[in-house]
Amino acid sequence: MSENQSNNGALVRVEKVEKIFHRGSEDIHVLADLNLQVPAGEFLALMGPSGSGKSTLLNLIGGLDRPTGGLVTVAGERLDQLSDHRLAAWRARHVGFVFQLYNLMPVLTAERNVELPLLLTHLSKAERQKHVETALAVVGLSHRAKHYPRTLSGGEQQRVGIARGIVTDPTLLLCDEPTGDLDRKAGNEILDLLQALNREHSKTVIMVTHDPHASARASRTVYLDKGQLSNEPVK
Amino acid sequence: MKFFHLIWCNLKRKKLRTSLTLLSVVVAFILFGFLMAIKQALAGGVSMAQQNRLVVRHKVSIIQLLPESYQARMNRIPGVDFATHQTWFGGIYQDRKNFFMQNPVVPEEFLKMHPEIVLPPDQLQAWLKTRTGAIVGRKTAERFHWKIGDKVPIQSTIWSTAGGSRTWEFDLVGIYDGTKKETDTTPLFFRYDYFDEERQPNRGRGLVGWYTIRVKDPTQAAEVARRVDQEFENSAAETKTEPEGAFVQAWASQIGNIVLIVAAILATVFFTILLVTGNTMAQAVRERTGELGVLKAIGFTNAQIMSLVLAESCLLTTLGGMLGLGLAWLVISRGDPTSGLLPLFSFPTRDLLVGLAISIVLGLLTGIFPALQAMRLRVADALRRM
Repeated sequence: MSENQSNNGALVRVEKVEKIFHRGSEDIHVLADLNLQVPAGEFLALMGPSGSGKSTLLNLIGGLDRPTGGLVTVAGERLDQLSDHRLAAWRARHVGFVFQLYNLMPVLTAERNVELPLLLTHLSKAERQKHVETALAVVGLSHRAKHYPRTLSGGEQQRVGIARGIVTDPTLLLCDEPTGDLDRKAGNEILDLLQALNREHSKTVIMVTHDPHASARASRTVYLDKGQLSNEPVK
Repeated sequence: MKFFHLIWCNLKRKKLRTSLTLLSVVVAFILFGFLMAIKQALAGGVSMAQQNRLVVRHKVSIIQLLPESYQARMNRIPGVDFATHQTWFGGIYQDRKNFFMQNPVVPEEFLKMHPEIVLPPDQLQAWLKTRTGAIVGRKTAERFHWKIGDKVPIQSTIWSTAGGSRTWEFDLVGIYDGTKKETDTTPLFFRYDYFDEERQPNRGRGLVGWYTIRVKDPTQAAEVARRVDQEFENSAAETKTEPEGAFVQAWASQIGNIVLIVAAILATVFFTILLVTGNTMAQAVRERTGELGVLKAIGFTNAQIMSLVLAESCLLTTLGGMLGLGLAWLVISRGDPTSGLLPLFSFPTRDLLVGLAISIVLGLLTGIFPALQAMRLRVADALRRM
């Protein structure tokens, strides 16, 4: 992965990032002078209390939002220098997202949901189908391919969400509270899956979570509070 | 095409709402089809009018008659190729609802003046040989199952025979067709000499309804018209000469400005559809804000999101348009629903294509604002609304 190495060994590099939201006349400083490096192949857990800016940081790394100040570089690409159009294309190529509430299209079957990111590629229908089958097989849901989200359990829906996230073989998998809406058993299955993707498929995973049980599965955990990162839990 | 499944599934999301919106679009386009057919029926004769033909009528009104003797004088006017005449007979067949046009004409002159009427030579010969002979257009012949050799009794609402009867009996000697699809093949034409000799002596004998003139040079038509009217100035029956198109237009305009009426109704209908479909699309996008955010997150560009919403609204209106136009075409192709009042009642291909174009434009107009709204969504904000 030469593009990863070009970024001084770190796949993700967050430098002096600041994020300010404006609500009326009030400025809300969510992130301030924040630095973070995530090497390729790492499984990083990002913890912190509600409102600490975890999801905001994840959005900045995933190119869903832009920082007020500072730099976000992923796989050698300065995200702040990309236009909206190129940033969308970059996301399609490099990032897979897994959301807390799965965020599946209710009108599409599991396999058509997984196919969505592939519609943006030049793959033929047959090639897309092959990729979809592989992704569903990785998450163990081949037998539920034709099912609509409403007929799947929460755990199964999240596995479809993960399949959609990995179907394009992205550089980075960003998970926002992936077990937050699941019971312990289903949550463990999802964590097993994320761990397997990290270990067996060399995916770099950044996971936002509240749950210490989930963060224990990560190879490193960082804590965010009041816009600052630390390696120790917030007291 | 690879996005079609996504667009189609989104459209099916709220089946009842989509069905009701689709139904309103279908009804609007059925109405469009019928109004276009009525417009065609009332004003369609204008498009069939010939540039080299003038119509001469009484200056006061079309119902005032002109002397038969005018024909020879018209033929002598410079620029006139030849003139012939027709008279409104105003007859019905068996029942009042079976109304269609019947006019007495001079056969050879009439056919020479109207090359758009195609009559086989043997039937023309039979017509010339048969004083009570009549020819009828294919549409009316098929409507009443008439065939050559039939005796056809027509009751005139205007003219009586010398014997005092309103019923005139004709021998059907020919069935004509038109050179074009739009040619009116409903009228019946019979011989003027039979009509003139048979009508009551004190009721218009020697008088005709109007003249049709063929000019030698169509570019000189206006000048020839002026000369004709000048020729009969200060006579007992002054004339008004105008191009055939204007004559037909004036005839149709007796019930009002057809084009304006049709345009006003359609504008109202399509404006309503614009609001109904626009509301459906606006709701559809509002409900789907989070999902649009997901699509953007996984890499759909703003332009692609906008195109998806526009394609959805266009699919809805085009589908409705095609269904409505198709149904209208099916019903209209069964023919004149008024039993003869609208002989040119048909749905022209041109109007069908205009209807399709309107359905696409309607889709673009109703989709543009929701599409812009979807395009401008910020991903992070949209995802928070899931």
